[in-house]
Amino acid sequence: MEPISKQPAKYVISKNVDSFFSEIYAIIKFIGLFFKEVFTPPYEPREVIKQCYEIGYRSLALISLTGFITGLVFTKQSRPSLSEFGATSWLPSLVGIAIIRALAPLITALICAGKVGSNIGAELGSMRVSEQIEAMEMSAADPFKFLVVSRVVATTIMVPLLVMYMGLIGLLGSYVNVHVNEQTSFTVFFHDALVKISFLDYTASVIKAIVYGFTIGIVGCYKGFNATKGTEGVGRAANVSVVISMFLIFIEEIIIVQIINWIRYAG
Amino acid sequence: MQDKHKDGGMGNGEVVISVRGLYKSFEDIPVLEGVDLDVYNSENVVVLGRSGSGKSVLIKIIAGLLKPDAGVVKVMGEQVDKLKKKELRQLRLKIGFLFQGSALYDSMTVKENIEFSMVRHFKNMAASEVSKAIAEILDSLGLEHTENKMPSELSGGQKKRVGIARTLILHPEIMLYDEPTGGLDPVTSVEINELINEVQKKYNTTSIIITHDLTCAKTTGDRVLMLHDGKFIRQGSFEEVFDSNDERVKSFYDYNFIQ
Repeated sequence: MEPISKQPAKYVISKNVDSFFSEIYAIIKFIGLFFKEVFTPPYEPREVIKQCYEIGYRSLALISLTGFITGLVFTKQSRPSLSEFGATSWLPSLVGIAIIRALAPLITALICAGKVGSNIGAELGSMRVSEQIEAMEMSAADPFKFLVVSRVVATTIMVPLLVMYMGLIGLLGSYVNVHVNEQTSFTVFFHDALVKISFLDYTASVIKAIVYGFTIGIVGCYKGFNATKGTEGVGRAANVSVVISMFLIFIEEIIIVQIINWIRYAG
Repeated sequence: MQDKHKDGGMGNGEVVISVRGLYKSFEDIPVLEGVDLDVYNSENVVVLGRSGSGKSVLIKIIAGLLKPDAGVVKVMGEQVDKLKKKELRQLRLKIGFLFQGSALYDSMTVKENIEFSMVRHFKNMAASEVSKAIAEILDSLGLEHTENKMPSELSGGQKKRVGIARTLILHPEIMLYDEPTGGLDPVTSVEINELINEVQKKYNTTSIIITHDLTCAKTTGDRVLMLHDGKFIRQGSFEEVFDSNDERVKSFYDYNFIQ
């Protein structure tokens, strides 16, 4: 039998500082575990498809509405400034660049952080506090694989698809405004809107969307999976998931834009 | 209602679960302070104690859901906290755990709840066989026609039964019940107590039943242990445990209530 020793709790610096670094370590470990589990069988394809449906299809209405209004309003607000220079014909390309490069990825990510991130945080948090995750462990299943890997994979797949969809709907909203004012045809509008968009722009948007999707999924899952303190903890998991996801999305936006600009101008 | 035999348990003498010098604390608050326990094959051991006395923590450590601070926990000869993930998963196939709130998966039907572990472990089983096994276990637990219901549509007693069905489908050798009668009315509690005894007889399981319900303890326990301030202070048959002038035991027990 091992010797029995009851160790009193000791802190390296202080309780708060120690717990901050413990949290950072736990997050890194969580991400590491995701990358290990995502490539290790058995896989959960049915759950991934179900989550793709929940995350993607169920966000379509909100993304459509937001995308259409964003395109329409952005065009409407940009018109006076351009018309001062007699440059309203540049509206389609201005809107195209703005939507594809920045607005579609960022707005979609923020909507998904609010809708999907909070949903994942609350769902997993409620499963944790009601012992459903422990019940999965006792069923000798792997709750990390079933709950976390499937959701993170689903957000990483679906957010880029939603970004593309929002880009299209945003341009459609813009087209409505341009058509009403300038009677521009559908073909001409889309030609003008997309002519200035380079392959790098499309690639950058997709890369951004993949990073945002992964961030939303991993943050929601981490907070939900590690929720404590009953129903209060569930609310907190949902709330903190949204706040942290949005914060990280802005930081990532700045970093990716800097890198893309560096590539653009270096080339 | 029939009480269990009064010989103080010990099953057939083979130790299935062994706990030695177990310590566990949460954020500097000690919960278990040197717990020793042996559970013998085919016996029902009841652990009694007040809320927050560490009863649930004890069985969660036994199931490998929590890590002990110190001490040795062996289940079927294997030291639980030293097992690798895969080994622990194999061991858990032999352990059934009924959670306090049943812990049914909210987003799944009753059938899917039971199917969840089955399809992952009996991979070669045909879908028709899985359905048949689920129907049989539900029928045997008085849960006919609930297959397609969601957990939110079930009563408290039905949820407990589905929780038991979900564990029994994997044919466990050990059952851990966490407050099996918690939150149930007296009539349903009696039914669940009878079910625990039926499970022991039919499946020859070794069980630990965590409760503060004295009727449950008296009805289901071959041996009763009382946990107080992180240590066992009494053990034996139900009568032996409560035949005491110890204030800690007397304060817990309203003997006349269950006579």
